[in-house]
Amino acid sequence: MPHLDAAYNLARWLAGNHHDAEDIVQEACVRALRFGGGFRGGNSRSWLLAIVRNMAYTWLKKNRPQTMVPINDEDLAEVEDPGTPAFDNVDAGFLRAALGELPAEFREAIVLRDIEGLSYKEIAEVANVPVGTVMSRLARARGQLQNYVSRKGET
Amino acid sequence: MTCAESHLLVHAYADGELDVVRSLEVEQHLKGCPKCAAQLTSLKALHTALVEGDFAYHAPASLRDKIRHMAPVPERKTERRPSDLQWFWKWLALGATTVAILTIILRPAEFSQSASGDELSSEVVACHVRSLMPGHLTDVLSSDKHTVKPWFAGKLDFAPDVKDFTTQSFPLVGGRLDYVNNRSVAALVYQHNKHLINVFIWPTSAATGGASEMKSYHGYYVISFNANGFHYSLVSDMDQTELKELAGLLGDQN
Repeated sequence: MPHLDAAYNLARWLAGNHHDAEDIVQEACVRALRFGGGFRGGNSRSWLLAIVRNMAYTWLKKNRPQTMVPINDEDLAEVEDPGTPAFDNVDAGFLRAALGELPAEFREAIVLRDIEGLSYKEIAEVANVPVGTVMSRLARARGQLQNYVSRKGET
Repeated sequence: MTCAESHLLVHAYADGELDVVRSLEVEQHLKGCPKCAAQLTSLKALHTALVEGDFAYHAPASLRDKIRHMAPVPERKTERRPSDLQWFWKWLALGATTVAILTIILRPAEFSQSASGDELSSEVVACHVRSLMPGHLTDVLSSDKHTVKPWFAGKLDFAPDVKDFTTQSFPLVGGRLDYVNNRSVAALVYQHNKHLINVFIWPTSAATGGASEMKSYHGYYVISFNANGFHYSLVSDMDQTELKELAGLLGDQN
């Protein structure tokens, strides 16, 4: 059941804990069962992940409104120069925590691209944004991770 | 290309998401710009760290069980006693939906196969996508058919008909060897505006002509037809009418 793992992974990264992630995936599957007619062929993984994502955002807005940092997709220059750290001796726990601190839209872009291996087109389908936005979100998300790691190296 | 452009595009480059033309532009820029080259190195290292960190969470067995047993749940909702016919149709619809969803969740590979057309289309689309990754497009880069055609000699057990359609705005970009349908095939690459088209050619004993077959697969269009003893499969992301135009040109040869 590879889609279920992908669904759970996305929900887990968005919700931040396993209990809520399970609820979100379960809810998403109920919804998928109820509105199964909404599937019109194409990529079934993107379709399921899009439902999971919607459920997760609804859940976050309701239960963790303080974590929902609004991002502006037009604004490209928030990290001036994040540096180009080598990441060769970065502690995995540190990187995991840094990823967990990114705004949800950035976090999901990294999770879907670097961890789940989705194409930009598939991520665009899941997040319901243009492919160009996927690219800029990934760029900013990675910039922030580079920034975390660069700053850690300085201290 | 400026550093500002490269700053964004280098991500898509590292992800293998750029088309050939843009990839070449980025590569060109990276050669002369140590700062952007360092950025690419850092991005690759970040990707490696994210993959090796093993950050993917796996669905726990308890969740898996819940999902598996989810299908029969909605039956409790129908407490009113509708007429037998209504009841029959409701169950039929529910059953069909459940089967569809379970198929999607449990058997993604088989589902996408049966839903998206035959294996050949998916195979040529895969070849097409792979060819667009940096450095894979052509083995022989030339718009001259007298360069491309002899290049295939000795590499294939047939001589594909190579034509340039620059005047019809489908210039020949080059050729490549590929492997489709369990055999080595010729892949000709044409360009139309910014779109690239892969034309896969191999000999066939099937009769010339016949209706050309058009399929859509993952957003790509595939046209397959037989002409003059060869099978042609065209793949591109461009508009299907334009793809048909090229198919017409290729089919009209001789």
